[in-house]
Amino acid sequence: MSPKNRLLLGVGLVCVWLLVVVGVTGWVVWADLSPDERSALLPILSPRGALIGAMLIMAMAVSAIVLRDLHRRYVAIPVRLAEDGRTLLKAEPTRRLKADGNAETQAFVDIINTLADQRQGLQDDVEVRVADARRSVEEEKNRLGALMSELTQSVVVCNLDGRILLYNNRARLQFRALSDAPGAAGGGELIGLGRSIYAVMDRHLIAHALENIQHRLRKSAAQPVTNFVTTTRAGQLLRVQMAPVLGAAPEEGAERPVSGFILMLDNITRTIENEARRDEILHTLTEGNRASLANVRAAAEMLDFSDLDDELRQRFRKVIRDEVKAMSDRLDHSASAFADSLKARWQLEDMLGADLVAAAQRRAESRLSLRTKIEEVDESLWVKVDSFSLLQAITYLASRLSDEFEIRELRFRLSGAGRLVHLDLIWSGQAMSTETVMNWELEPMRFAGENSPLTVRDVIERHDGEMWLEREKVKHRAFFRLVLPSATPQEEIQPEAYLRGESRPEYYDFDLFSWSERSHEHDDQLLSELAYTVFDTETTGLNPSQGDEIIQIGATRILNGKLLQGEGFEQLVDPQRSLPPESSKIHGITPEMLVGQPVITKVLPALHDFAADTVLVAHNAAFDMRFLQLKEDATGLKFDQPVLDTLLLSAIIHPNQDSHRLEAIAERFGVTVIGRHTAMGDAIVTAEVFLKMIPLLAEKGIRTLGEAREAAQKTYYARLKY
Amino acid sequence: MTDTKKILIADDEPNIVISLEFLMKREGFAVSIAVDGEEAIDKIRSESPDLVLLDVMMPKKSGFEVCQEVKGDPSLAATRILMLTAKGRDTEMAKGLALGADAYMTKPFSTKDLVEQVRQLLGLTA
Repeated sequence: MSPKNRLLLGVGLVCVWLLVVVGVTGWVVWADLSPDERSALLPILSPRGALIGAMLIMAMAVSAIVLRDLHRRYVAIPVRLAEDGRTLLKAEPTRRLKADGNAETQAFVDIINTLADQRQGLQDDVEVRVADARRSVEEEKNRLGALMSELTQSVVVCNLDGRILLYNNRARLQFRALSDAPGAAGGGELIGLGRSIYAVMDRHLIAHALENIQHRLRKSAAQPVTNFVTTTRAGQLLRVQMAPVLGAAPEEGAERPVSGFILMLDNITRTIENEARRDEILHTLTEGNRASLANVRAAAEMLDFSDLDDELRQRFRKVIRDEVKAMSDRLDHSASAFADSLKARWQLEDMLGADLVAAAQRRAESRLSLRTKIEEVDESLWVKVDSFSLLQAITYLASRLSDEFEIRELRFRLSGAGRLVHLDLIWSGQAMSTETVMNWELEPMRFAGENSPLTVRDVIERHDGEMWLEREKVKHRAFFRLVLPSATPQEEIQPEAYLRGESRPEYYDFDLFSWSERSHEHDDQLLSELAYTVFDTETTGLNPSQGDEIIQIGATRILNGKLLQGEGFEQLVDPQRSLPPESSKIHGITPEMLVGQPVITKVLPALHDFAADTVLVAHNAAFDMRFLQLKEDATGLKFDQPVLDTLLLSAIIHPNQDSHRLEAIAERFGVTVIGRHTAMGDAIVTAEVFLKMIPLLAEKGIRTLGEAREAAQKTYYARLKY
Repeated sequence: MTDTKKILIADDEPNIVISLEFLMKREGFAVSIAVDGEEAIDKIRSESPDLVLLDVMMPKKSGFEVCQEVKGDPSLAATRILMLTAKGRDTEMAKGLALGADAYMTKPFSTKDLVEQVRQLLGLTA
């Protein structure tokens, strides 16, 4: 009931009440009178009936006025204030209530207005802060961007899946040098946002390095970083420093989990070559000359004997002349030119001996299910090792012992011997022959799913160490002794000195790691979350089966719903056949432009790498795929990724349109066509069109890759029918 | 001297062998020569020398292998072995001694020291 009706009702009720009170009073008085009194009173009252009625009506009017005033004060004004208050609350925070009504209501209005003022103040403050925070995030981003681009070291940041989240220009240049593709992708097939770092680096190696870092973190080591050296497919040597990226602690005071890692890469191939050359000189000058010096010295000392006959004297002199000449030659040779024997100096890192043994134990137990035991470990010893390859060697030896000699337990012993450290692998039972040991040392290490081109000997030499087999006849057991260089104990920097706690360096504040692991079942993945390679080809003609060939490939990438402008793939291809002039009119590529370009079998492997782990997208994909498939035998590479066709997708979205040519679709979606009929130009247009299609497909209930493929297939058959 | 001590020189470099041979003969030892690791093993078995001057770097079999084989055979255990090497690394010296060499000398050495070492190993203290 509206306040007005309530007021009317109230007035009505009061009038009725007045009538009832007066009526009942009259009636009771009348009933109490004797007949005489009644007859006496009637003439008095009757002429004054109008006056009584008027009085009654006046009483009613006064009551109504009083009621209306009360209503205004205690109902109408609060109702209006409530309405205004609601507007203030929901719509217009700047509105203020007007003071009205009695003093009590006005006091309330004042309080509400004050609260509104406070609220507005807080809101303004929050907005200012949000703007500030946004600005500072933007500044940090720019600062990090500038810093990264100016770094002379290449930096790559990955999440725990090994997906690249961030890299700098230097890293890109470095990967270009590593790429063995024919300049086409320019390293883009190796490095790019969302690509896997495992394309360049051994998965085991990264896992091992991460394990090392975790171990150091658990021990609150001052600097939880690790170094290693690795070779790439193209035979380059990379020195890598790895540091963890720590996520937020799940709760106050808890350990912060590692959410990714930063790799700082250094291509040391050339440095190593130089160092190797210097090593070689040193080696020739020291060890090479030792023998000669020994010969000269011995011969010279023989000449001192007086009981020497002439013939012997001549022979000793000849020895001296020959050896001195040989030494001079060697010196000349060393100083001028040297064979490029690459003897890499690997970065060895200092490690607590006990940690090395513990890691070896863990590996033997988990990989080989071999029981292990510690015989005696000197906790104070530090060793200088490349822990990855050394642990590989130890596990390899253990695996051969376990496979061929069926040992049931492997014991470890670590002891110091001056500048050296002895690491012994001990087992009970028979010892093998020296030949067997030699074979084990010289065969490439293959075991339990690991496959290294290195041999135990290589690893030992890398450490400048030695290894041999010794028997303990009395105890009826034997051991391999690995002699390693010791390291001076590391000075532990106070953990407080390191910025691992809350004070992260300022220039690093991206929330890069919310990017979770993408599930491997592509079909269930949302179209908006997949990574795509959008490509197009230009060809000599339209009939691949009749000898037409690809002459240009352009490809671009889509990641997280964004077209990656910086990561394109564009390559002209020598078709190894003539180019029909009429096709030149379409794509503008002339035969001269194709001279000296790589042939298709060289280009496809790079494209294959470029498109690894992505969904292929092309306009009229069947045409381009046909060209690729015809080369499968020649390259041995299958393009077996899921494929989406923008032509078919367009037919799903706009079933009533006549044309699904790329230009027509682009116009419909308002995509500017640039450089049409170059492979790259078309690939970019296709990609932009595709991005616009994703939300429209979602409106039609097509959200996942599987749904898109299914719908496309239906349309395809529908089109075939016409 | 009733019993002439026999010495085997195992080294593939003639220029050192000539001096060592002269030196050892001059000290009154019976000297034979082997130019590679296999010949050294054969001569140790056939001639049972009292002491071997064993070079580490030799064709066919290295000095380390020869040493290990000799020390692993109880019938040859009495043979003294003095290893000579052009490599100056202490890891190799450790290996040589661990494999049973009685002494280890790094080239270049003084012939006087060598003679002294040989006499000491043979128990002929002058």
